[in-house]
Amino acid sequence: MIPPALYLALSAVIFTIGVIGVLLRRDAIVIFMCIEMMLSAVGITLIAASRYLHSMDGVIFVFLAMTVAAAEAAVGLAIFVLLHRIYKGVKVDEINLMKW
Amino acid sequence: METFLKIPLLSVVTFLPLVGALLLLFAPREREDWIKGFALGVTLLDFVLSLALFIYFDDGVAGMQFVERVPWIKQWGVSYYMGIDGISLLLILLTTYLMVLSILSSWSAIEKGIKEYMIAFLLLETGMIGTFCALDLVLFYIFWEFTLIPMYLIIGVWGGPRRVYAAVKFFLYTMAGSVLMLVAILAVYFLHAKATGHYSFDLFALYNTPMSLKAQLLLFAAFAVAFAIKVPMFPFHTWLPDAHVEAPTAGSVILAGVLLKMGTYGFIRFAIPLFPYAAHKAIPWVSVLALIGIIYGALVSMMQDDLKKLVAFSSVSHLGFVMLGMFAFTVQGVQGSIYQMLNHGVSTGALFLLVGMVYERRHTRLIADFGGLARVMPVFAVFFMIVALSSIALPGTNGFVGEFLILLGTFRSNPVYAVLGATGVIWGAAYMLWMFQRVMFGPVTKPENEGLSDLSPREVLTLVPIVIMIFWMGIFPKFFFKKMDLSVERYLRDVKGRYEMVLKAEEAKAFVARSQGARER
Amino acid sequence: MTDYVWLIPLFPALGFLINGLIGRWWRLNKTFVSWVACSALGLSFLFSILVFIGLLRLPPESRVAIPDKVLFDWIVSGGLKTVIGYKVDPLSIVMALVVTGVSFFIHVYSVGYMHEDPGFTRYFSYLNLFVFMMLNLVLANNFLLMFVGWEGVGLCSYLLIGFWFERDAPANAGKKAFVVNRIGDFGFLLGMFLIFSKLGTLTFDGVFSKAHLLDPVTVTLITLLLFTGATGKSAQLPLYVWLPDAMEGPTPVSSLIHAATMVTAGVYMVARCHVLYEMAPLSMAVVATVGALTAMYAASMALVQVDFKRILAYSTISQLGYMFLAVGVGAFSAGIFHLMTHAFFKGLLFLGAGSVMHALAGELDIRKMGALRKKMPVTFWTFLLATLAIAGVPGFSGFFSKDEILWNAFSSPQGHFLLWLIGFITAGMTAFYMFRLCFMAFCGDYRGDKEVWHHAHESPPVMTVPMVVLAVLSVIGGYVGVPAILGGANHFHHFLAPVFGVHEGGGHEAALRLLPLAWAGEAAGEGGHGSAALELFMMVLSVVMAFAGIYLAYALYLKRPDLPKALAQGYPRAYRVLFNKYYVDEIYQFLFVDSCKRLGTILWRQFDEAVVDRTVNLVAAVMRVLGGGLRLLQTGFVQDYALGIILGAVIVMLFLL
Repeated sequence: MIPPALYLALSAVIFTIGVIGVLLRRDAIVIFMCIEMMLSAVGITLIAASRYLHSMDGVIFVFLAMTVAAAEAAVGLAIFVLLHRIYKGVKVDEINLMKW
Repeated sequence: METFLKIPLLSVVTFLPLVGALLLLFAPREREDWIKGFALGVTLLDFVLSLALFIYFDDGVAGMQFVERVPWIKQWGVSYYMGIDGISLLLILLTTYLMVLSILSSWSAIEKGIKEYMIAFLLLETGMIGTFCALDLVLFYIFWEFTLIPMYLIIGVWGGPRRVYAAVKFFLYTMAGSVLMLVAILAVYFLHAKATGHYSFDLFALYNTPMSLKAQLLLFAAFAVAFAIKVPMFPFHTWLPDAHVEAPTAGSVILAGVLLKMGTYGFIRFAIPLFPYAAHKAIPWVSVLALIGIIYGALVSMMQDDLKKLVAFSSVSHLGFVMLGMFAFTVQGVQGSIYQMLNHGVSTGALFLLVGMVYERRHTRLIADFGGLARVMPVFAVFFMIVALSSIALPGTNGFVGEFLILLGTFRSNPVYAVLGATGVIWGAAYMLWMFQRVMFGPVTKPENEGLSDLSPREVLTLVPIVIMIFWMGIFPKFFFKKMDLSVERYLRDVKGRYEMVLKAEEAKAFVARSQGARER
Repeated sequence: MTDYVWLIPLFPALGFLINGLIGRWWRLNKTFVSWVACSALGLSFLFSILVFIGLLRLPPESRVAIPDKVLFDWIVSGGLKTVIGYKVDPLSIVMALVVTGVSFFIHVYSVGYMHEDPGFTRYFSYLNLFVFMMLNLVLANNFLLMFVGWEGVGLCSYLLIGFWFERDAPANAGKKAFVVNRIGDFGFLLGMFLIFSKLGTLTFDGVFSKAHLLDPVTVTLITLLLFTGATGKSAQLPLYVWLPDAMEGPTPVSSLIHAATMVTAGVYMVARCHVLYEMAPLSMAVVATVGALTAMYAASMALVQVDFKRILAYSTISQLGYMFLAVGVGAFSAGIFHLMTHAFFKGLLFLGAGSVMHALAGELDIRKMGALRKKMPVTFWTFLLATLAIAGVPGFSGFFSKDEILWNAFSSPQGHFLLWLIGFITAGMTAFYMFRLCFMAFCGDYRGDKEVWHHAHESPPVMTVPMVVLAVLSVIGGYVGVPAILGGANHFHHFLAPVFGVHEGGGHEAALRLLPLAWAGEAAGEGGHGSAALELFMMVLSVVMAFAGIYLAYALYLKRPDLPKALAQGYPRAYRVLFNKYYVDEIYQFLFVDSCKRLGTILWRQFDEAVVDRTVNLVAAVMRVLGGGLRLLQTGFVQDYALGIILGAVIVMLFLL
């Protein structure tokens, strides 16, 4: 059996990659995918913990998170399409309407 | 009377304008006359109802009357607690009385958005009356802050060229003070709860909050700053000239006539009785600031070139008298101070009305643009003269009764303050009569002034009640005094009693400390 | 009958209300207006006489014990209880008689004088209001109501001085009068405060009956403060400056308000408060000294003025100085006596001036007059009688009253030789400048414009009849107070005695005993016993002085009209100083008016706007700068916000771990 620490390490690595991606990439879709990676990383942690603790709670959480992620994807992609129409691209540094 | 009191008269008087404002929301925008008529009707009705308050008010009872008390937010001890004594009664009357005149004076002066304008005024009336009735600190605070919004809109939308600057300044300045007061209210609330285990915003319960002297001083300062800004006392007065100059006529009338009185009323009802010890400690500070206000306001007023600014600075001077009398802590001083609040409302309100009338004709308020108006507009000149005389406290007019009592009361507690304050009678005459001369007397130098029309019947109708009040209050002051005699007496007894209690407690403490020190030695 | 006292002020008030409220609306015609105004005064005068008769019927000692007629409560607050109430005693009724009587005649005169003026109705309503306020002043039974009248007459004075407000000079003069009076009123107010805080009442009876409770310092302070009010209202040093300017008003107003009645209010007040003043010798000395100095000072300015009315104005100030000299040395009834005779002859002098102005189209410069005697005989003769009265020629009213003052200044316990000397010299100056005026205006050759001379005419009867009546009073008015030394009974003195107590004035013997015997004897030449001889001797002295003044005027202005100019050139500096009224107006303007204006401007521009308001706006500006700095953090990049979130999370984690 693979010790849970390795699951956690994997999750941490994926999460960190996601964070760095969110912070550094400029393409909205890539950022979006990075966010999904972070979600997945958390999912791995939850499932690992679930298995380790012999409880189904974590798994249920992950199901919920995946559902939300799906909904997110639907809304997010719709926004990207609209943004693309207006800005001819989805580079986040061009979309800064919230600036002072 | 008992059957009559089944109606919660106080709430009716307070919220009638609010109901009127809500109804006015549904009024068709084009029917301007209808809207004006309706607003006038509502204020008139409110005035009549407040007269009922006056008539049914029992001047043989010192405490609160027409009390209404309903729990509101029980777990926090907030309640809908309204009631009036002789002091608030007169201020409510002043409010309803001036509201009628303000609506009348806006008849032709407001050209755009008459509907919203009237709504704002009616909302303002509810806020002002509520402020004078509320006996629960939260309720008071709500009404107090509530008056800011309509006034902010009145100045900011229907004002002069620099209206936004003035409105924002007015709002923020007052708000900054109010926030301090809010903190202080909460502090008193928690102190009271800590001491008694009972959570309540009931003013009279909080009167007896035990607190350290340092806490008293700090909390009093917080309240005092909030009220001093509203009064306004020197050096917190600079929003006033700006707000007055920019506000539309009726806005100035209400601002000077009632809103400023909320500050002085706040001192009498809240700041002083909540913290009697601190209030007594503050006598020299407040009195000196009041004296500076009296003399400084008059001197600065003398040199103004804009009529409204002149009147605004004269308000600073007059309210200096009010504060001086209030902090004399003698019957004459306090009664004079309350009376002076009414006088100032009537006469300064009238001065703003008069300036507004001449502004409507000439579209300028600069003194230099006038001269010789007495020949062109004799009726106007007569009214102006009477109001100016009331403002400089000529005996026989209302102003004299207030100023005389204030100075007399102050003299009995501190002659030096009274002597300095009494110089105000000289300054007052100087700036008022000089202004009057420059506007009214001399030859007509500007051709534009030649063809000015004299007052219309509507304008005369607005001014006649004021003139009647000026003389009535000047010649038969007893009519009003007997309503507040007992209230003031009780107020003074209460404040002084609790002050002396604190002093005795302090003495006892000092004695114990001394004797302990002696034993240790 | 004394119960009807409240009707005395009522009628003028009604007249004011009728003319003032409906006169304009209903466009009442002049006949109606003048009838309302004059009959109001006539009725008021009538009731004054009735009350006077009622008073005479009472035995002297109960004349001062009549209960006050209280109408209603006025200001009631705590221990303060003031009423609208009137007091009848010999002093107040004498004043009421003088006020209503002289006012009545001047009202009648005004009907003619103001006939062509567009402000006819306004004029009469003001005039009635004035009389109402003046009656409140003299009839009041407490200090506060007296103060109402006190300020009320000031208001009417303001309105009437500035009656022709379309010209700048009257408007300025009116304002000056009001403000200067207010300075005096400031003292009066403080005096009242002090009285109330020590005695707890403001009614005359209450204050005077408790006056013995006051300590000497307080009572001195009270009396000095009240006297400050009197210096304003009665135009004494240093607040006299408004009165000469007040001559800008219509001449009957100058006659009524600024000569006969209002300006004497201060004298009346001091007399009314004699109980207090008698307790404060220092105040008495101040009153007497100020009075004497003012008398001489004002007379010196009158010597060289060329404006008809201003000469009379300075003369009024000077005569008021005499009255204060009298009350200051404790001769209260002598002061009131002079007040009365002065009301007659000075009122008449002003009416004469009005008549002259009427004839000469408003000319006031006496250098452009002369020989008017031929054109207007009635005016001349009445004027001459008044001039003789004021100069103190024996047999005329002014002689008796002035002589009583001079004698008291010398002989009374508070008197002093110097006070007498100043009064004595002033008497000569008075005779001189009054006859100078009379000679220059009515005698010699006409020096003005021929056209004006052509139109000059005697005034209509409605004006001359009041003048004749006042002339008669100026002549015989003194006979109610002929001193015992001339074989008279001095009814006036005895009538007032219950008010002032019997000790003063009449008790020459007692007075003399208190004098330093040495120089009393020196003056009389036979050691302290010959007070009667002394009194006679001094009377003769003052008569000689008066005639010397008259002769000097005659010599300078009729016999050698070239001499005055030579004199003026001979002493150019003295002449200039006198002609420019010691430059006091200019000094006051610089010291007080200009400096206040400058201070006001500095406070406004350099303090209010530059410091106070700027501080407020500075707070706002600081907030704006801070906010401006902080909003730079709001870059609009989601990633920056995300970085913030992550850093925040890390910090929280570190904190938790």
